[in-house]
Amino acid sequence: MSIGLVTAAYVVAAILFILALGGLSNQEKAKRAIWYGIIGMALAVGATVFGPGVGAYVVILLMIVIGGVGGAYVAGKVQMTQMPELVAGFHSLVGLAAVFIGLNADIEMGRALSAVASGTTDQLGGFAATIAKKTPVELSILKVELFLGIFIGAVTFTGSVVAYGKLSGKISSKALTLPFRHQINLGAVALCLLLGLLYLNGAGIWTMLLVAVIAGAIGWHLIMAIGGADMPVVVSMLNSYSGWAAAAIGFTLGNDLLIVTGALVGASGAILSYIMCRGMNRSFVSVILGGWGGETQAAGEIEGEMIAADADHVASALNDADSVIIVPGYGMAVAQAQGSVSELTRRLRAQGKKVRFAIHPVAGRLPGHMNVLLAEAKVPYDIVLEMEEINEDFPQTDVVIVIGANDIVNPAAQEDPGSPIAGMPVLEVWKARQVFVCKRGQGTGYSGIENPLFFKENSRMFYGDAKASMDSLLPLLA
Amino acid sequence: MKIGAPRELEPGEARVALTPESAGRLQKLGHECLVESGAGLAASFSDDTYRAAGVKVVDTAAELWAEADVIAKVRAPMPQELDAAPDGKTLISFVWPAQNEELLAKLNAKRMTVLAMDMVPRISRAQKMDALSSMANIAGYRAVIEAGNNFGRFFTGQVTAAGKVPPAKVLVVGAGVAGLAAIGTSVALGAMTYAFDVRPEVAEQIESMGAEFVFLDFEEDQTDGAETGGYAKPSSPEFREKQLEKFRELAPEMDIVITTALIPGRPAPKLWLEDMVKAMKPGSVVVDLAAERGGNCDLTVPDQKVVSENGVTIVGYTDFPSRMATQASNLYSTNIRHMMDDLTPEKDGVVVVNMEDDVIRGALVCHEGEITFPPPPPKVKAIAAQPKKKEPEETPEQKAARELAEFKKAANRSTALLGVGGGLLLLVGTVAPASFMQHFIVFVLACFVGFHVIWNVAHSLHTPLMAITNAISSIIILGALLQIGSASGVVTVLAALSVLMASVNIFGGFLVTRRMLAMFQKS
Repeated sequence: MSIGLVTAAYVVAAILFILALGGLSNQEKAKRAIWYGIIGMALAVGATVFGPGVGAYVVILLMIVIGGVGGAYVAGKVQMTQMPELVAGFHSLVGLAAVFIGLNADIEMGRALSAVASGTTDQLGGFAATIAKKTPVELSILKVELFLGIFIGAVTFTGSVVAYGKLSGKISSKALTLPFRHQINLGAVALCLLLGLLYLNGAGIWTMLLVAVIAGAIGWHLIMAIGGADMPVVVSMLNSYSGWAAAAIGFTLGNDLLIVTGALVGASGAILSYIMCRGMNRSFVSVILGGWGGETQAAGEIEGEMIAADADHVASALNDADSVIIVPGYGMAVAQAQGSVSELTRRLRAQGKKVRFAIHPVAGRLPGHMNVLLAEAKVPYDIVLEMEEINEDFPQTDVVIVIGANDIVNPAAQEDPGSPIAGMPVLEVWKARQVFVCKRGQGTGYSGIENPLFFKENSRMFYGDAKASMDSLLPLLA
Repeated sequence: MKIGAPRELEPGEARVALTPESAGRLQKLGHECLVESGAGLAASFSDDTYRAAGVKVVDTAAELWAEADVIAKVRAPMPQELDAAPDGKTLISFVWPAQNEELLAKLNAKRMTVLAMDMVPRISRAQKMDALSSMANIAGYRAVIEAGNNFGRFFTGQVTAAGKVPPAKVLVVGAGVAGLAAIGTSVALGAMTYAFDVRPEVAEQIESMGAEFVFLDFEEDQTDGAETGGYAKPSSPEFREKQLEKFRELAPEMDIVITTALIPGRPAPKLWLEDMVKAMKPGSVVVDLAAERGGNCDLTVPDQKVVSENGVTIVGYTDFPSRMATQASNLYSTNIRHMMDDLTPEKDGVVVVNMEDDVIRGALVCHEGEITFPPPPPKVKAIAAQPKKKEPEETPEQKAARELAEFKKAANRSTALLGVGGGLLLLVGTVAPASFMQHFIVFVLACFVGFHVIWNVAHSLHTPLMAITNAISSIIILGALLQIGSASGVVTVLAALSVLMASVNIFGGFLVTRRMLAMFQKS
């Protein structure tokens, strides 16, 4: 295939990727959009493989087949509740690949330069050949891009590994707060910049290896310092980073498709992070630089007591209700209760009751996490509403069931200016006539904040595992 | 605990505080139920149906009072009942403690724990035990039925071969629970229904029931209904004059007038005066639901039906709920059952009088030898407060000025952003070679497109978005593919590994996205 043809294929692929992302604007179009993405990817890979300067077809085929089978296996096996950790895990692969490709580029650059020196540039193939034609200024820029690619790639890699560990429960989700953590991070970044300068001035590949290691440490430390409740932001931020890493590598290799796609992914992740931060009323910087640690003021004392209710009580309230809103949270995902919740919904709807779901932007551990779980359980998406759409309806609602959610329904965000989550938009469930909170115990939520909702006069605690609790309600519904 | 319901001794009282159905529910709470023989007869519950529901039927009231721990009644005990009652029982019934101080003292002398159903506070949680509302609902319905019984025409208008029948015009005064029930019944029967209330905030409720709100053009500082527990309060003399004037205007047109106006702790206000009755057409009917408290109508005689000189029937019955004894008993016994539900939080048959509970504290009038009436004000306001007054509407000029200011601000901000961005780009352009700038242009444009496209993504599809961008970010495989053919062994191995990882990502990412998207379905 000629360069022209390859470039044409890249243009088509880039357009297909944009269509794929744009197609996600609604559920019906989305099913078609995914095919745009797949075709775009196939086109890009095909054009590259059969384009000029690529060899080792056997190795490529072998690697793609092994990788493909592995990926397909993981994708087929994974539970929908494990989606956050899966996405985080996948990001780490992109990060590591970026580091490898960056290092490769440096080796190739060395070979190309020595070939130029010895006048044997004709024997070079592929990437090395393009480097050999570059001017010294272009080479410096190349080194900067290389540095960025490796740095971002390494941060993405270790960060994603830690995020995976935290989300899958293999690492404690508590925020790790080392003393002087900001200074440590700054120092490490400064060190990397120093190494980058050395590299620009001709130091060897060891500087880049060191950058990869230090950047890896930064990534590890950065994500270790973030508490579980901020994970949605972290995952989308890492998503963004993996895009920027790809774009940086694209600059290094002079490949426009890599640049375009990397920028698309980077922008997407950045917007998601922004949306998540806005959902928590926090600035991006404060999320990234560590969870709620130590700096919060003492929250107001809460008066009253939590009153427990049993399944009979909840069921009779549901039987009497005309309108019900269900607010799911991470607890529903943990307990795998979405199937039972769906069955509950079906029965209530069969009785002619108005049942809707209220989804907070940061419910769960991934943007849109709850929507996916409910969709998996066959809850129709047109009764699943966003916070802005439903928040005004709570006062006219008979019964609200909160399933495994805590901070996103915490009235302290509006009532207690001393609360760490003050000002965060929350679902105003306490305005409903009656609220049942399905919860495992009396503990606080991910952010470790006491929730005055549980003490309100119209709320009742429905203790127990979310799935078991929902199942116990089913036979009691008339 | 044993819960017993004696026969009501009050003449004409047909209700009973315990029905076979409520007894079944009470037994689930761990209580035993007793009933005096014949207690439910007037409400069509025979002793046998009680026995079938597992209720013990005892022969005399004395036996019942001796055996039961909790006595559930409709009316407060008569003096002879009370004299015979043993000490230390728990009594749940209507008490009207504010009007019956003597009774209260007697109950207390017997060291009774007394829960007055009429004192249950009007908060959302207590609605299930609000017997006043459930009885008022029946009274409202029955008032319309009684009116129809005494009214010589159809409610609904008809055009028949035998002539045209005009629809009856019904005026309901006071839109509390009884008033709203009356409105609903009257509208359902087809009458043209009008309703009046001193609380302007109930206009919406009146209209929601299908009646027309009689609007009174009067400026007065209206109190927030929430402050008085949702009840009306006395109105100023000027307001009253205006109101009566309106009624005088309406009186000649109205066929049926149902008055339900009551102010807590006071005699019923006189609203339908003698001259209004005189102005009504012969054959019209006035039903006075406030008859027990003196009546809203001048001519009302409590417990009797009288006909005025000009042929207007005035119904002053005070026992409307009792006239529908089966229905009333069902509802009242359910109220009692809910009360017991709250009194036995553990569902183990042990009654706990929780003084911290607003509802129980509110209803409790005697406990452990002390009169606990009146209760402290409840911690929760009865009903939602009225919404605050709207912000004054801004004039068109103000609006234009504000919009202009906003536009200027936005324009300034974007100009600043563009300036800074453009400056940075120029800076890059001065040092970077042309080959870099070409790629840079592509990069910046791609970022722009990305931002615009992603903003449109549906919130609920954010997880699939992450999965698909994750798959797409493996486009980095291209870099590895370009390097894999290198002559250097290290490069080939690293590139091969990268290809491997990226393909895991490509396949995994796309398949998982597809799986997720396939799940979204419409109802």
